[in-house]
Amino acid sequence: MFDFLEGYDVLGAFWMTVKLTALSALGSLVWGTLLAAMRVSPVPLMRGFGTAYVNIVRNIPLTVIIVFTSLGLADIFGMTMGASDDVDALSFRLAVLGLVAYTASFVCEAIRSGINTVPVGQAEAARAIGLSFSQVLSLIVLPQAFRSVIGPLANVLIALTKNTTVAAAIGVAEAALLMKEMIENEAQTLAIGAVFAFGFVVLTLPTGLFLGWLSKRLAVKR
Amino acid sequence: MSSVLYDTPGPRAKRRNVLFSVIFFVLLALLLWWVWLTMDEKNQLTWALWKPFTQSQAWTTYLLPGLADTLKAAALAMVIALPLGAFFGIARLSDHRWVRATAGTVVEFFRSIPVLLLMLFANELYVRSSGISSEDRPLYAVVTGLVLYNASVLAEIVRAGILSLPKGQTEAAMAVGLRKGQTMTSVLLPQAVTAMLPAIVSQLVVIVKDTALGGVMLGFTELLNARQTLAAVYANVIPSFIVVAVIYIVLNFLLTSFASWLERRLRRSKKGTGVVLGEDTVEVNPAAVQKSFGTGAGGTT
Repeated sequence: MFDFLEGYDVLGAFWMTVKLTALSALGSLVWGTLLAAMRVSPVPLMRGFGTAYVNIVRNIPLTVIIVFTSLGLADIFGMTMGASDDVDALSFRLAVLGLVAYTASFVCEAIRSGINTVPVGQAEAARAIGLSFSQVLSLIVLPQAFRSVIGPLANVLIALTKNTTVAAAIGVAEAALLMKEMIENEAQTLAIGAVFAFGFVVLTLPTGLFLGWLSKRLAVKR
Repeated sequence: MSSVLYDTPGPRAKRRNVLFSVIFFVLLALLLWWVWLTMDEKNQLTWALWKPFTQSQAWTTYLLPGLADTLKAAALAMVIALPLGAFFGIARLSDHRWVRATAGTVVEFFRSIPVLLLMLFANELYVRSSGISSEDRPLYAVVTGLVLYNASVLAEIVRAGILSLPKGQTEAAMAVGLRKGQTMTSVLLPQAVTAMLPAIVSQLVVIVKDTALGGVMLGFTELLNARQTLAAVYANVIPSFIVVAVIYIVLNFLLTSFASWLERRLRRSKKGTGVVLGEDTVEVNPAAVQKSFGTGAGGTT
């Protein structure tokens, strides 16, 4: 029944999706946390930069960003990202770059909303015993904020998993590109669609359930 | 200029903030200078590449028709997805287990599949089993993909909106003898709609952004696709990207601002329930939002 799968590397394509997701998630967590720290910092210029970055990047379609990394950064500006003669590696790294730049703005907003859940008294107490801004943020506020935003961050991660399909637009050999190729060549449109839909349900559903459980367990009980 | 996280700066903190500002400014300026130099080096700053955007032809031939297609697909998707979403959202709250379970499965299924897969699939389905002309097909495929995905997201918004109402509303409606259907249509839904409006407007931004997928993968003649044609004619890749990005930013920024204006207004007014749904608002407690939206595969695309 599933003999149409022969000759196609479906698992390989989904493995590429997983790699894209994992690397972009890591990158956007770091960059998003930095952005969130900037947005709440006492330095006005950093606050302005963080706000401008989030508002601009959030409103550009991810597709525009990813296509730009390929046609703009790579073709016109000759950006090689350390993979000058390997086209596949280059487009993979460009896709991760685009995904990180985009997803970080959502991570930043999630963490910022988490900072707002920490009771005012805690920060006040921390300031009263003489901790500096960076100490208040890194020792008192962020550890609690992270625990309260696991749920929203899980939503961002799931959205990111689905967004990696946009990398197909610049030819990264992941699930969406393979599905496009397969449904054009094979007759079983419905069966192929079902296989890929199942793949994404398998990727996103356990993530949501596990992180939902984790967020309940780790939430700071108040 | 003070916040919970730091004291109102004294003389030392003021000096330190100025120092950080200067360092950050220098770094930012260096970055911008480097970008400017690189653009100059690759001849992206020559006036010939930017001139088309000051003339009407680039706009009337390429950009405005592209924008029109983007808006057309987004509006169609929204108009079709809203009633569908309301239907599934209400069905998920049904008293009958089978209706509830079926609607829940449908919603969770379409929410966990990337919208691009839905578009590709719809496109292929229309190729094989319908008489839609190849000119119209991209629009049909894009709208179908957007409707399937966003109807399920809107269903969750509707469900959360109805659940956010005080329980007494249903009890009072039942006490005066309204039937279940009447309770829903004349008591619960009208109130839930006001709480949902900001979230629905925010969802429009997601829809507008997702239309760009159709331009790259299906040849739908929306804004990003129009940019490609334009850049092929004037050979101005970087300027065309910048102009198109600015159009998207302005359009979506207007929608986001409208949504948050609406939200502030609803929060203030006495008539509404005062409950407002939103995922990126500062005031909302994410834990509470998470609870009302469930732990399924939703999220900010």
